[in-house]
Amino acid sequence: MASTIKGTIVIEVDRCKGCELCTTVCPQDILHMGRGRFNARGYRPVELVDPTGKCTGCALCALICPDVVLSVYRYDARRAPGA
Amino acid sequence: MTDNRPINGPDNIISPEQIIAQGEVVYQRPDALSDAQTHYCPGCTHGIIHRLIGEAIDELGIQGKTIMVAPVGCSVLMYYYFDVDGVEAAHGRAPAMATGLKRTQPDKIVFTYQGDGDLASIGAAEILHAANRGENISVFFVNNAVYGMTSGQMAPTSLPGQITTSSPLGRDVKVHGFPMRMAEIIAGLPGAAYVVRRSVYDARTIRQAKKAVLTAFKTQQAGLGMSMVEFLSSCPTNWHMSPAESLTWIRDTMVPYYPLGDFKVAEEVKALG
Amino acid sequence: MTAKRELWKGNEAIAEAAIRGGVEAFFGYPITPQTELLEYMSVRMPELGRTFLQAESEVASINMVYGAACGGMRAMSSSSSPGISLMQEGLSYIAASEVPAVLVDVMRGGPGLGNIQPSQSDYFQMTRSAGHGDFHPLVLAPSTVQEAVDLMYEAFPLAEKYRTLVILAADGSLGQMMEPATMPPMRPPLTEAERGDWAVRGKGNREKRIITSLFLKEPELEALNHKLQAKLSQIAETERRWEEIQTEDAEYLVVAYGSVGRTCKTVVREARAQGVKVGLFRPISLWPFPWPRLRELAAGKRAILVSEMSAGQMLEDVRLAVEGQCPVDFYGRMGGVIPLPDEILEALHRVVATYRPAVDSAEPRSE
Repeated sequence: MASTIKGTIVIEVDRCKGCELCTTVCPQDILHMGRGRFNARGYRPVELVDPTGKCTGCALCALICPDVVLSVYRYDARRAPGA
Repeated sequence: MTDNRPINGPDNIISPEQIIAQGEVVYQRPDALSDAQTHYCPGCTHGIIHRLIGEAIDELGIQGKTIMVAPVGCSVLMYYYFDVDGVEAAHGRAPAMATGLKRTQPDKIVFTYQGDGDLASIGAAEILHAANRGENISVFFVNNAVYGMTSGQMAPTSLPGQITTSSPLGRDVKVHGFPMRMAEIIAGLPGAAYVVRRSVYDARTIRQAKKAVLTAFKTQQAGLGMSMVEFLSSCPTNWHMSPAESLTWIRDTMVPYYPLGDFKVAEEVKALG
Repeated sequence: MTAKRELWKGNEAIAEAAIRGGVEAFFGYPITPQTELLEYMSVRMPELGRTFLQAESEVASINMVYGAACGGMRAMSSSSSPGISLMQEGLSYIAASEVPAVLVDVMRGGPGLGNIQPSQSDYFQMTRSAGHGDFHPLVLAPSTVQEAVDLMYEAFPLAEKYRTLVILAADGSLGQMMEPATMPPMRPPLTEAERGDWAVRGKGNREKRIITSLFLKEPELEALNHKLQAKLSQIAETERRWEEIQTEDAEYLVVAYGSVGRTCKTVVREARAQGVKVGLFRPISLWPFPWPRLRELAAGKRAILVSEMSAGQMLEDVRLAVEGQCPVDFYGRMGGVIPLPDEILEALHRVVATYRPAVDSAEPRSE
């Protein structure tokens, strides 16, 4: 039975320094360095590539991020009102 | 009636916006951290340690009465990154400044944040005596085995054979002495109530480090004497490694010389839970 | 209850005066000839519920003072020459971050380990380079135990008025001697509201306050320096202090400060008795140096004799003040030797013999 917990992250793009640490810990492998896009500080920021909603909001990415770039949200369908 | 259909089955994809709108925040920036962007190099784990301290300050609700003593070193600008009152100490003198602050404002939470050059080299006397007096302050000691700000010189904590800009042929212990295990040294002083070494190279160690920061502040709140957390931290730029490689270097090369663990946990600190 | 005169040892009198003056925290380190000040504090401060700590070094002491002062507390330390050298980095930080602080320097023989005899060979250290960078502490030099008490009592209000560092410059003889003195009344402690609005005391729900002496952007550091210079000129306007004795009709002047200034009162009295029209100019504020008045007095003088327990340091400030209006000669002792009145008197007679007008001296000047 597929997980009923879904998550997502919000990336403060201009805070990212492109250190790539989050991409090394994401269990779903849905975090990748952006191609050809630079942020205000000239770094290539990380991007969430999650078309099929694999993210579970485990927050391992936020845990390892040295620059508090990532906020993590989680939605649990079982507790969702009127689901 | 619970709906066990897979959430993101073909007929009901949950959009990120809905997840955010209807879901709950699992992680976000702690209030005790300011909005300023840090100057630290990409991947430098100073950032993680700052965040853990910020989280602990939020959780203990002490932001309004915390006073931070910043050192000289890479974290010399940390007072931009925290939203608490703070002072800037001369190199190595943070424990003395913290003593002056804590003794005259005992109701405040005072912590120092120091690098290995600051604490183990020029400030060795200050940290030893602050610990020996059982100064009721918390010390967050960041050991990254080099002088970062001045771009990579040998530190008292540089490992045997470690090549740095001031030990180009590698640290020769016969010439430069051995790396100093400050946690063990400080733990030997009766005034020290809680002395541990942690690291921040993966999720497990980061979570353990967070608990240690909380315990350090609780030790201070309970007035039990000096608390110190030594963090093994990275310096990708001056180690000439990628951020990910530098975390591995901590685990595989630093930890064997600097074992993680608890070196002094007074009974009363244990009782804090 | 009228304050009564009691017999006080200099160091202890200074300590008690600081306590009456409202010191809330004392951090120090043993060093002769200042240690009794620390010992006295170790008894009285805890008695009054105030903070006392003997630190591991003078370096630590001054940084503890710096920490307490950043919190808006009245904090001080005391030491002697070698210890002051160790404190200089801290003094520079205190000056740069404009926190009020007070220091007592009981000068001893130098350089090096020197000895524990009185000396004035740290005049330059305090007035020219109390630490790196452009700054000057407000330096006050007492010549008696009573004057030390009175100046010490003013130290914290002065430090707070200008948010600066105030140094009481005594020497070993003043610290060790005993003489009667009257203590001022106990000043009421500062209330929370009276502490500076810059003080670091935990942000509560206000904006955070940061005290730092780091200004990486050079225009900012230059702006700070301009601010410090403006403050120093304001201090110079209002805080020049000196004493003059029989200078109105004097043909010669003796310029000396601190305990040598006191010795020279005897020299002036005896020289006058021997028919020499001499006056005493005794600077009390070493910085700001009272040069305007000295410049005025120098007009028409035949010569000036400066006397110090050093190789001649205030001598330079005197020469700057006099600006060549008349010769400026020097007589000093070094190494902790205390010049006696007779020696200085003889030096004065040599000056008179050298510079008195040729017309009233029978034989031509020999040497």
